Amino acid sequence: MKQTACGPDSTDRAILNALQEGFPLVHRPFAAAAKALGISESDLIRRLERMQAARLITRFGPFYDAAAMGGAFCLCAMEVPPERFEEVAEQVNAFPEVAHNYARDHRLDMWFVLATETAAGITTTADAIEAQTGLVVLRFPKLREFYIGFRVAA
Amino acid sequence: MTGTMIDQDDRRIIAATQGGLPLVPAPYAAVAADLGLDEAEVIARLQAMLARGIIRRIAIAPNHYALGLRANGMTVWDVDDAAAERLGARVGALDFVSHCYLRPRALPVWPYNLFAMVHGATREEVEGKRTRIRMLLGGALKRDDVLYSTRILKKTGLRLGAAAPVRPAKGKSDVSAV
Repeated sequence: MKQTACGPDSTDRAILNALQEGFPLVHRPFAAAAKALGISESDLIRRLERMQAARLITRFGPFYDAAAMGGAFCLCAMEVPPERFEEVAEQVNAFPEVAHNYARDHRLDMWFVLATETAAGITTTADAIEAQTGLVVLRFPKLREFYIGFRVAA
Repeated sequence: MTGTMIDQDDRRIIAATQGGLPLVPAPYAAVAADLGLDEAEVIARLQAMLARGIIRRIAIAPNHYALGLRANGMTVWDVDDAAAERLGARVGALDFVSHCYLRPRALPVWPYNLFAMVHGATREEVEGKRTRIRMLLGGALKRDDVLYSTRILKKTGLRLGAAAPVRPAKGKSDVSAV
């Protein structure tokens, strides 16, 4: 990757690679992680601040299992006619239960995730989207998840 | 669901940290101070949630797009039901697959039951990785497709876990287990 003023240098990359594996759960975790990387605690914190500001880090902290936090989630898809796409996107996005929404290059061209407090909330919200748009909302709840842990080589 | 295993203080810790940890020398102490808890209790509760799988890990999520992985394909597979569990686990273990799920089919429009998000620098690279998955699935595979995202229409963090409404934090809460 091309180096820019705020691009990652080799130390930044070492930090990104190391901290994807985990972050210590101790009183001074940055000091512990920095020691393993051969840098100082303050240097590590400064670099993380810079990489967060430069959006090289999406997030940093505990990754919670969504289901464990309570609530229900469901991937949904719609076949939206191209001429209605922007209008329908606005209607769908207006629901606070819609967390992510992506346009995809398929006959099913709109894919979004519903997040609700209860399982019944998924049905209610998906039905409401159908009523408002006049389009079918296909529902793809997860039946089984295979999670190992994806790593990006920085 | 494991929701019943979380008590009110766990939920407050989740709400306080799902947007990210503060970049200060003693971040768990900072979280504890905000919640009126002891640092040792916050650490113990996080440790317990890690042990129970409520927290998958405490770590950095690099922005894979900024680091050059710009092609993200949702690969979808119609796999024999009898083999789907076993093969899904093998697909999920591939280092270029970030999420992998079994989901119900929606026949006739949607025959696919296995979903795997595949990342690469280019679509060609993603296509190469699809070939590897195809080989892995072998005779259990009936058909497959890939859907590339062309536009993000909305992206807000999934924010749950607090009894009271949670103030949106600056960081993204990219809860992936959907």
